[in-house]
Amino acid sequence: MISYQISIFAENKPGRLAAVTRVLAKEKINIRATTISTSDTFGVINLIVDDPARAGEALTNAGMTVSLSRVLAVVIPDQPGGLDRLTQLLLAENVNINNAYGFVLEGHRKAVFVVSVDQIEKAEALLEKNGFQTLDSEALSAIEPFHYMKY
Amino acid sequence: MYWEKEIETIDSIDLSKLQMARLGKTLKRAGKSPHYAKCFAEMDLDADGIRTPADMERLPLTTKEDLRENWPYGFLACSRDELIRMHSSSGTTGRATVIFHTAGDIAAWTNLLARCMYMVGMRRSDVFQNMMTYGLFTGGLGFHYGAEKIGALVIPAGAGNSKRQIQLIRDFETTAIHIIPSYALHLSSVFAEIGVDPRRDTRLRMAFLGAEPHSEKMRRKIEDLFGFKAFNSYGLSEMNGPGMAFECPEQNGMHIWEDNYIVEIIDPVTLKPVPDGEEGELVTTTLLREGMPILRYRTKDLTRIIPGPCPCGRTHRRIERIKGRTDDMMILKGVNIFPIQIEKKLMEIPGVGTNFVIILDREGYNDSLTVKVEVQRAFFGGDLKQLETLRRRIVEELKSDILITPRVDLVEPDSLPKSEGKAKRVIDNRKN
Ligand SMILES: [Zn+2]
Repeated sequence: MISYQISIFAENKPGRLAAVTRVLAKEKINIRATTISTSDTFGVINLIVDDPARAGEALTNAGMTVSLSRVLAVVIPDQPGGLDRLTQLLLAENVNINNAYGFVLEGHRKAVFVVSVDQIEKAEALLEKNGFQTLDSEALSAIEPFHYMKY
Repeated sequence: MYWEKEIETIDSIDLSKLQMARLGKTLKRAGKSPHYAKCFAEMDLDADGIRTPADMERLPLTTKEDLRENWPYGFLACSRDELIRMHSSSGTTGRATVIFHTAGDIAAWTNLLARCMYMVGMRRSDVFQNMMTYGLFTGGLGFHYGAEKIGALVIPAGAGNSKRQIQLIRDFETTAIHIIPSYALHLSSVFAEIGVDPRRDTRLRMAFLGAEPHSEKMRRKIEDLFGFKAFNSYGLSEMNGPGMAFECPEQNGMHIWEDNYIVEIIDPVTLKPVPDGEEGELVTTTLLREGMPILRYRTKDLTRIIPGPCPCGRTHRRIERIKGRTDDMMILKGVNIFPIQIEKKLMEIPGVGTNFVIILDREGYNDSLTVKVEVQRAFFGGDLKQLETLRRRIVEELKSDILITPRVDLVEPDSLPKSEGKAKRVIDNRKN
């Protein structure tokens, strides 16, 4: 299964992330995970949200420079070595990881790891063959991250 | 295809004769103005002794400072009653310069603009929308009168208000526009914003790009965005304004109308003329000005004469697009840099958006150059590495051209100040 990540080009100046979250809050879009990678004066904000298409549209309408890209959202057991098995597998097949980040599903004793790779179809087939579960955007929006589970 | 075939295709011997006859009259008229009367007396100049183009060097050069010092009437060669209009240059520093026109001056100027537009195919069936500021600036009224002389329908839209411009283009089926190149880029983004494709949804077929030096890449980009032919226009208010030099359908250099101007290219340091083909400062003398003749005016614009005949058949020599102005020139660590060089490089790099700004700073004794470059919206693929690669490429390409390693900042699309008029490309923070 392939999922979608939203990336936003942002200059390194105060208020850029706040501007993004303001738009999404107004649209009642849930953010599942986020990472920010920065260069000297600019960076890219990556988001996993429950409705990527609508989020992309809202951010674009707010004048932001947005890109929707395909990623793998991989479910791995939340235990030592869980992530290692995934990365070793990709390394062995020469799949290059551009970016990776994750969030824990506490109640499930599992984690979801988002990986952006250079050969997504190959990686997807490889993971499924090796018993990893990958989530599409719909499945991602159906699961509840831990901080929602507590209430 | 010619507005005035005989004069546009005149052979060089006849042209030279015509120029010298007109120069003789011009010198007589100029001698009536307080400034030149004083000049001629000081130099003990015998106007009758100026008979060949080689004698030009004996005439005094005129600078913008001369015009300022003689503000407002020191260059006037006729009575004030004969004047029918004044224009003024956009004075960025100090007092603006003022140019006065008689009825004859306006008629000659109007004719030149008609000649320019007719040359690239504008006819009475065209609808011409003039997106230049009307008023003291020459780009508004100059083109307006020229287009009316051809008999086109003129829409005097003036500058700015992009949505109204687009509305006018659609409602009245505008076919030709006169526009500042940086504003053309901005206008295309407004077209995109409201979902109108200028190539498909309008009848635009030609544009005259003026009032701002721009690169060949910039022209091609504008032509692609709008799907029309764009022609470069050159002029300065001291020499009337637009209509002085204009591209023909060949789009290879601008014919400068030598029946109206004597053209010289000089070395800006030694002030000696350079041969055709060599770069230098453009110096021009008016030949038909009645109210305010100006001799050997230093335009501060750097260009060269393109040697050889033009396939269009016009014999008036061509100047190359303006490389820069001697007073735009940035000197950084002893290297001369023109903003247009940076623009030219940037336009060649895929991923670069429509706007950029050059910032000069000084820390201690060290000057630095920063270029803020907008990224093209469609270029962004969500990847930091891709942006870093673009940034490094810009640094490398600029460095290879200007020999200084600039700092390059990528900025968000549409984040730099938008220009509805002339783009402000350079911010120099080094003064104090
Ligand atoms: Zn030609």
